[in-house]
Amino acid sequence: MFDRDLWREIFQSINMNRTRSLLSGFTVAFAISLFAILFGVVNGLVNTFDTAFVDDAANSIFINSGRTSKANKGLQAGRQIQFTNDDYQYIKDEFGDKVQYITSRIYRNVNASFGNEKNNYNVRAVHPDHQFLENTKVEFGRYINQLDIDNNTKVIVIGRLVEEDLFLKTTALGKYVNLNGIQYKVVGVFSDDGGDNEERLIYMPLSTAQQIYGNNDYVDQINLTYNPDMSFDQAIGFSTTLTKKLKDRFSVSQNDQRAIRVRNLANESKAITQMTSGLGVMVLVIGFGTLIAGIVGISNMMIFIVKERTKEIGVRKALGASPKSIVSIILLESILVTVIAGFVGLFIGMGVIELAKPVLEEYFIKDPSVSLSVVIAATITLIVAGGIAGYLPAKKASKIKPIVALRND
Amino acid sequence: MLKINKLHKSYPIGDSSLHVLKGIDLSVEDGEMVAIMGSSGSGKSTLLNIIGMLDEADEGEYILDGVPIKNLTEKKAAIYRNKFLGFIFQSFNLINYKNAVENVALPLYYQGLKRKERIEKAMFHLEKVGLSNWATHLPNELSGGQKQRVAIARALAANPKLLLADEPTGALDTTTSYEIMDFIQSLNDEGKTILMVTHEEDIANMCKRIVRLKDGVIMEDVFVNQVRASANV
Repeated sequence: MFDRDLWREIFQSINMNRTRSLLSGFTVAFAISLFAILFGVVNGLVNTFDTAFVDDAANSIFINSGRTSKANKGLQAGRQIQFTNDDYQYIKDEFGDKVQYITSRIYRNVNASFGNEKNNYNVRAVHPDHQFLENTKVEFGRYINQLDIDNNTKVIVIGRLVEEDLFLKTTALGKYVNLNGIQYKVVGVFSDDGGDNEERLIYMPLSTAQQIYGNNDYVDQINLTYNPDMSFDQAIGFSTTLTKKLKDRFSVSQNDQRAIRVRNLANESKAITQMTSGLGVMVLVIGFGTLIAGIVGISNMMIFIVKERTKEIGVRKALGASPKSIVSIILLESILVTVIAGFVGLFIGMGVIELAKPVLEEYFIKDPSVSLSVVIAATITLIVAGGIAGYLPAKKASKIKPIVALRND
Repeated sequence: MLKINKLHKSYPIGDSSLHVLKGIDLSVEDGEMVAIMGSSGSGKSTLLNIIGMLDEADEGEYILDGVPIKNLTEKKAAIYRNKFLGFIFQSFNLINYKNAVENVALPLYYQGLKRKERIEKAMFHLEKVGLSNWATHLPNELSGGQKQRVAIARALAANPKLLLADEPTGALDTTTSYEIMDFIQSLNDEGKTILMVTHEEDIANMCKRIVRLKDGVIMEDVFVNQVRASANV
């Protein structure tokens, strides 16, 4: 197979049938470049969806409350449902290992000042788990911890842009910021991939906020992530049970869509995963379909070549060529044409993707690319395809009788 | 060298079959130069095919250099052809995209020789047919006579025991034919056993023995006084 002379023979033969090889190779090149382009675009779509989720963990569940829209158990419609620390604890106790991280949230808006700099910011009062739910990256210092919650400490973790706004070129860590007249110590500075708004936030311990803004145990929202070992369907089942139990707990009708709202990202993730895998299958079908057309083209060419070279093959056999050597010439020639054409197609496809990147980005296709594993898989596929394309012609060639060499035409 | 006993061969034609060879007995010794003659349909080509292992007899015995040729697989036939036989064809059958020396080296390739060795041997044989200056030329750059000489060099390359020629001068003009015959005669002088099919009397008379076939049987098998081709050139 790695005999240099055999390859010399093959290259001579391809060279002799240059136009024909080129034309047949074209279909394969077209198939592979089409596949590469489609694959890259799908890849880009997947990347877009992935980045859409970087702000929040993909296994997040958000629980919000509102007013009841239906009367239930003798209670009137229009009743405000208010979560408290007890509900947070209830979820934790009730669902135990199904919950990965859980946090309550309180939203407030504050006027913050440091020295002469003043600005208005949103504050989120949270539990320590919130860091993992939001994919918050602590750049300096630390995040809110359990001790802060236990002791109602007046500490805050500020966004990168808050530090920029208030502290200009100096560092915020360890300094005291005035929020609506109360001094808070900055214990950490964070960044977030979710965009500028996410980096203009201030985090403080939940208990501190509850004490200062109302002296109650109310929470505005409870966020959690489900155990990532769960499948999408399990996760969706989990949030359904959770919703049902919470509705019972607050005597809310099961049909009430407004009083307690549970949003599970698993629903969206599932839909997206299904869509992308659907697209992936489609790309494979299209790619393989075109590739099969290419194989037929090459097979056709090889059959023609065998027919055209019948006499030559007969002469070779008369001179002592074994059937095996004839088969390997035809088979390797077919594989070589397929592989070369395939790689040309692959590079064209990758080139097109690379060139079209800026345009595609406008259509929410981010960083489309073809990975190395795809290239390797494509190579193997091409070799197999070439083999299939060459099989029939090679078999035909091996059956040529050397007697044709004596025919005079 | 070659011994054939009661050789029969028939070809199916539709429902019936055509009996082409009807019991051929022939024996050729080392160093002979035999012409097989006959009109078309006499079975001379079929006989040559069987001797050349391109076809197999239905019945009878064929022994080549002490080896019974029987029940050959394709692979074995290929090895025997390569080892025992050198073919010279009427239409030369050079491979048109290979140059002269590559054509000559082809049987050596199938013997598994290394490229360097092959080219060396092929050049030696090209030299012998007087075409070493044309080694890198493609067949379509050569004249008919030159092509046939390259083909002869190719037939000689594997150093076969028997040279089989099928109308070697059929595609050449008289002058060139005689040149080629002169060369074949000189090979025979060196001791090569040569068997050729021809239907030209003058060419047949340049052999040492003429076997005439008619309707699948040998009509005549005579030793003749060899006419030297060089006398006619």
